[in-house]
Amino acid sequence: MAEVICPENRLFEITPEQLLPKTMEIKTRGFRLSQACAALVKDQIELSYSFAHDETYQLETFRIVTDQETEIPSITEIVPAAVFYENEMKELFGVNIKMINMDYDNKLYRIEVESPMAPKKPKEGE
Amino acid sequence: MAVDLSRRSVIPYGPQHPVLPEPIHLDLVIEDEKVVEAIPSIGFIHRGLEGLAMKKDFNDMQYVIERICGICSFMHGMGYCEALEGIFEVEVPDRAKFLRTIWCEMSRIHSHLLWLGLLADGFGFESLFYQAWRIREKILDMAELTTGGRLIASVNKIGGVLKDIDDDMTKAILKNIGEIEEELKQIEKTFLLDYTVQSRLKGVGVLTKEQIHELGGVGPVARASGVNVDLRKRGYAAYKYLDFEPVTSNDGDCYARCNVRLHEVYQSIDLIRQAIAKLPEDRTLAVPVKGNPDGECFVRLEQSRGEAVYYAKATGGKFLDRMRIRTPTFANIPSLCEMLKGATLSDVGLLVITIDPCISCTER
Repeated sequence: MAEVICPENRLFEITPEQLLPKTMEIKTRGFRLSQACAALVKDQIELSYSFAHDETYQLETFRIVTDQETEIPSITEIVPAAVFYENEMKELFGVNIKMINMDYDNKLYRIEVESPMAPKKPKEGE
Repeated sequence: MAVDLSRRSVIPYGPQHPVLPEPIHLDLVIEDEKVVEAIPSIGFIHRGLEGLAMKKDFNDMQYVIERICGICSFMHGMGYCEALEGIFEVEVPDRAKFLRTIWCEMSRIHSHLLWLGLLADGFGFESLFYQAWRIREKILDMAELTTGGRLIASVNKIGGVLKDIDDDMTKAILKNIGEIEEELKQIEKTFLLDYTVQSRLKGVGVLTKEQIHELGGVGPVARASGVNVDLRKRGYAAYKYLDFEPVTSNDGDCYARCNVRLHEVYQSIDLIRQAIAKLPEDRTLAVPVKGNPDGECFVRLEQSRGEAVYYAKATGGKFLDRMRIRTPTFANIPSLCEMLKGATLSDVGLLVITIDPCISCTER
């Protein structure tokens, strides 16, 4: 029978200021970026950066709860593979990610609607 | 060293190109015949399917997820169901786990045979392309026999599967995969030993283990560079009951990627045999799942092209708050750009093919 390696996924809530040092730290522990995505939860945006370890099959996710105004530093200087993930979060959810190394300037998916998955802004008078 | 910009030019490559199976655009900065840099552009077939998950009933959404891409259909449906099953905290019946495993491996066989054909077409070996696709028809016949669909199986449901495989079907599967194995052995020699094939594949597009790790490469692309990772080792579905080791190579070139995929077809055949031999007698196919999902779950599967990540989040409504699917090609594009550096212009098409790009999945 094959050996099964199935550790629990782990999730850590962090602040935007902790993103770069945490990314550097997890990279030095031998993790690679597995995925990054944004999710809309009520009026806030949840960012999830998941890192996978290819020997232990561990998946660790950093969670940042933010809004469209807060600046999020790009991790592309530390993890070049983050380029598409960050461009996607910026284009679809309007996440304010700064200094992406190769910023597609909201043209990754060539969609006409601006930030289609972003929190709905209240109309005047509401 | 000074760069002579007068020798540099930019060639737009794709989205329509004879060698590209799907639309991806590359701006190739070339110096004479050598690629210096490749800048990828996608977005030609973005359909906003993740956004649709926020507006469509989570049960109905499964049928949409299965149609993200024809080749990866079964495993997309399974990944979605596993993510929802994780939120509902339900345990799928054992027989359903084994059936999912069998269909997963059938998907992998037809995906890899499709790729082998495209690779042969890419380096101009038309008869080899026909042979690979001819063999592939046999596994598609088995998909049709067991699920009713040749590509879109649509047999997953949250909590299990919709269809069973009876004894006659298992006999037919075993007979067919035996034939596939024999016929693949015949063309394997051409793929791996033919002089002209080797001259097109060996030493082309080399990526080291360290580069793959840095660039987040997954699947056969990573395993061909010596990364011993295969998410089936996590033991999801029935893989924990089966005996296998990841197929790897250390060369990191196009030849290694071909070698890994070719041997993964044999591995899949072996896994199907093991799964059929251990298929549980209890014919319960699904457990009931009631209510609406409330919670979140990450699921990772080893698709034919590599690691796929499914993330579902819900807050008790019938719509999901988020359904995120990170497909293997999305993760492999940075590796592609790196392997293109230093390649000759004539090898670009071949290198694009060797990551087995699935742009429909990538853009969703």
